[in-house]
Amino acid sequence: MTIVDPEKIVVDPNVVNITINDKPVLARKGEVIIAAADRTEDFIPRFCYHPRMSSVGMCRQCLVEVETPRGPMMVVSCMTPVAEGQIVRTATDSVKKAQEGVLELLLANHPLDCPVCDKGGECPLQDQAFSHGPGESRFVEEKRHYEKPIAISDIVYLDRERCILCDRCTRFADEVAGDPLISFTSRGNDTQVLTFPEEPFSSYFSGNTVQICPVGALTAKPYRFKARPWDLNETETTCTSCSVGCRIVVQSSRDELVRYQGVDIDPVNWGWLCDRGRYNFESVNSTQRLTTPLIKSDSGLVPSSWSVALDSAARIIRHALSTSADSVAILGGARGTNEDAFAWAMLADELKINQRDSQLGDGLTPEIFNLAQATIDETCAASTIILLAPDLKEELPVLYLRIRDAAQKRNSRIIEFSSHDSGLTPYAWRSVAFEPGRQAQVVRETLELQEIKEQIQRGEVVVVLGRANLAENEAFTLHALGEILHALPNAKILPVLRRGNVRGAVAVGLTPQQNSGDAIDILTKAAAGKINCLILLGANPLADVADSILVKQALVQIKNVISIDTFVTSSNTNADVVFPAAAFAEKNGTTTNLEGRVSNVTQQITPRGTSRPDWMIATELGLSLGIDLGISSLDELHQKMISSIPEFSSCADNSAIQSDGVLMVSEASATISRGSVNLVDRNSYSYRLIVSRTMYDAAQSTITSNSLVGIITESTIYVHPLDLARIGVVDGTNIRVGVDEINIVLPVRAHSGVHRGTAWLPYNHTNVDIRPLLNIAADVVDVRIEQIK
Amino acid sequence: MSRLTEKNLVIAKEIIARYPRSKSALIPLLHLAQEQTGYISRDAMVHLGELVGVTSAEVYGTASFYEMFRFEPIGKYLINICGTMSCALMGAEELMHHAEKRLGVKAGGTTQDGLFTLAHAECQAACTEAPCLQVNYRYRLRVTATDLDNLIDDLQNGKLNDEIPAHGVLSKVRQLIPADRAVGAVDPELVTESPVWLNGKPAL
Ligand code: SF4
Ligand code: SF4
Ligand code: FES
Ligand code: FES
Repeated sequence: MTIVDPEKIVVDPNVVNITINDKPVLARKGEVIIAAADRTEDFIPRFCYHPRMSSVGMCRQCLVEVETPRGPMMVVSCMTPVAEGQIVRTATDSVKKAQEGVLELLLANHPLDCPVCDKGGECPLQDQAFSHGPGESRFVEEKRHYEKPIAISDIVYLDRERCILCDRCTRFADEVAGDPLISFTSRGNDTQVLTFPEEPFSSYFSGNTVQICPVGALTAKPYRFKARPWDLNETETTCTSCSVGCRIVVQSSRDELVRYQGVDIDPVNWGWLCDRGRYNFESVNSTQRLTTPLIKSDSGLVPSSWSVALDSAARIIRHALSTSADSVAILGGARGTNEDAFAWAMLADELKINQRDSQLGDGLTPEIFNLAQATIDETCAASTIILLAPDLKEELPVLYLRIRDAAQKRNSRIIEFSSHDSGLTPYAWRSVAFEPGRQAQVVRETLELQEIKEQIQRGEVVVVLGRANLAENEAFTLHALGEILHALPNAKILPVLRRGNVRGAVAVGLTPQQNSGDAIDILTKAAAGKINCLILLGANPLADVADSILVKQALVQIKNVISIDTFVTSSNTNADVVFPAAAFAEKNGTTTNLEGRVSNVTQQITPRGTSRPDWMIATELGLSLGIDLGISSLDELHQKMISSIPEFSSCADNSAIQSDGVLMVSEASATISRGSVNLVDRNSYSYRLIVSRTMYDAAQSTITSNSLVGIITESTIYVHPLDLARIGVVDGTNIRVGVDEINIVLPVRAHSGVHRGTAWLPYNHTNVDIRPLLNIAADVVDVRIEQIK
Repeated sequence: MSRLTEKNLVIAKEIIARYPRSKSALIPLLHLAQEQTGYISRDAMVHLGELVGVTSAEVYGTASFYEMFRFEPIGKYLINICGTMSCALMGAEELMHHAEKRLGVKAGGTTQDGLFTLAHAECQAACTEAPCLQVNYRYRLRVTATDLDNLIDDLQNGKLNDEIPAHGVLSKVRQLIPADRAVGAVDPELVTESPVWLNGKPAL
């Protein structure tokens, strides 16, 4: 026997020793019993407890016994913190009796309509009624009745008869999403979850409540009565609808996508998803999907075979290259996988096409990836988070959830710089407004304030950096960043460029090479007739590029357009060749999220028609051009990518890529310095434009998703209420917005989050095209807003 | 339609200022809104949400928890006739019948002119003075049929305007705390001292 000197035992103050069912368990200080038990084999039944939300003890299902000096005591394990020496029993006779009792009461008013309930088969109530329930009910009285299901939003339906009042949905809406639009109403036997009368639960995160509802009370329109859980096939993958890269499970039935569910991974999404990412799977199923290659004919695009299409594309490219390599350009590539982008970059290398850009003039220079990078976790742990970014709630929704959480529940303070109020403004410690174009100056002055200086000295500072305003020169954002880095050389950057895999596409080389110009330069050259062939890799410049006049001119001038896409779009209707691309969930590969996290995307269904992954199209097109890229399988391509792209050298571990992902290698080699642009003053009669995206805009994947298309709102311009009074029209009436000789007519609304002298114009909405107002060459855009007489 | 009036808005702001967190003022504000129109309208809930910084759904969730908040219009005078044991023994049922006949509405109904709402009530804690009723929460004790008729006459003629405010309001006297006497809004998280009742300092 070894004798241990008690003085020498190192005690971790954060570890608490307890026993659960006579087995020793190491618990963390402050955690509740059920959380500790979840790391053992002993399952404690529960309905209301959710590890990502605060405990409320609503359902009482998690009763266990804890030894006390006066004998065993029944406690709710989701509310009772662990304590040193605590003895917990989860399956004694009295615990079983108590749990059965609670279940019997929960079932008293439950309609037991499992056969017609979407949740049946994956329902915690059903499962736990079997595992921990009494087996039968003594309740013979009439059950409570409510109108079955009521729509509480465009997407979510509520069946109050099934609800067990666990407070998960209402707690989520309040605590996690910050949209408390549903609430318990009435009391006692009449208690029910409801929205405010005639006000929908229009939260961007409503789908999460459906996922976490422990019964079938909340269901979502896109999945209602589509499939039974035991018929579903599923695979774990990564959402690429935006660059947050949430981890998801993709489920299909009969080779059709039917549902996405969030997967809880610690570094990214914690199980949450946004509704756009969750429900735009409908666009993959869309009947409008391209299923065969199309080629131009006198009567427009007509279906063709792959070989004919590849031949004609090859002919076009060869012909254009015979003039000069500079007469060919590639736009796009940020919507596919890393491997897709890599294959195209290899092909472009072979063909010496330097003009390529996966950003479409709405991002920032790739140099920002070469600054000291922060992960999402590091950002949320920083004591100061500086926001110099678009509205994260609109553009990178789950990142908004994470940062909101950091500001609300952890010790981070947000200093926001923005031109109009964002979803994070209510949670910002300081929110500093600037007129578009003035951010560098405003940042400089703000950082000199005493209280701000004190705050940023408290610890780590992370700058969340992105392009907030499409009607403003990119340089302004970089200059403002330059000011921050000048004052805080150690600040790290979380770049928030929004397109799904923009980081991966840039890393593999779908970005301007050899000092050639970016997307806007390419389009400008094209408009001047200097580009003969444009290859669109899932890009729709007519919708994506802010300056529609430029794009239109360019498309008129370009001789030949080759498009790789999942749909016919406004930009490829006149293309010479359109190749049908395999969509998300129809192909394997990897993707890179905004923090540089590489994780896998997986195939769940067969590609529609004869569509193929982009990388395969690149290889085949190469062969038609007499170039062998040397790729015979995706695996080979992936290996080639990680061995030849230094950023991906960290990605050899496949099992990590298939779960939490692996951070790509980044080197802090760039510097962004201060600078200034001579900005003209706005004349007092005009309004400086802020053009930004909202979650439900007319994006291709949204307009082709049946459940989402109805949520897209019409183009509207927002001004400060006092400015609306100055214009002299009633809220909601049509007004004329003009720049020089261009005028458009659209409704105006008062918005107290918009500052005086500015106007906020959400980008890419329906009804009115606002793009003609935007001149990409201008530093800022000032518009007239006038009554229509 | 019925957001708070200018006058009530002033009172509302004064009430909000009493609390460290605005949303704590919600219940008194709901009473205020009910006082204004006799019930809590949709617009009033929206307005209160704006005033205290919560969503309308949260206002509705809170308000609907309480039985005495009403969400449907009600007569100017709410007559609650007690029907619990003592009152029942002392003729409450007959009193109710009489009231129904006199007003021409059944219990629970509102007269056509919008003046009276008649309702059953449970024990109003005046059992020794049975049968009793409350009109806009003001007691009438040992009520006979004649008393009731007189009461209704008086209310119709406006004789009781001073004593009985419209719309079933609870408060007899509106509490106004002069600014110099108010403790003011202290954020509980900023309080470092122990509460007054612990450290022995006299309360205001
Ligand atoms: S609807 Fe579902 S999540 Fe919401 S309280 Fe009822 S059972 Fe819980
Ligand atoms: S936040 Fe982005 S990555 Fe996450 S679910 Fe939404 S669209 Fe997908
Ligand atoms: S899970 Fe503990 S009370 Fe509901
Ligand atoms: S029984 Fe009528 S007041 Fe008590």
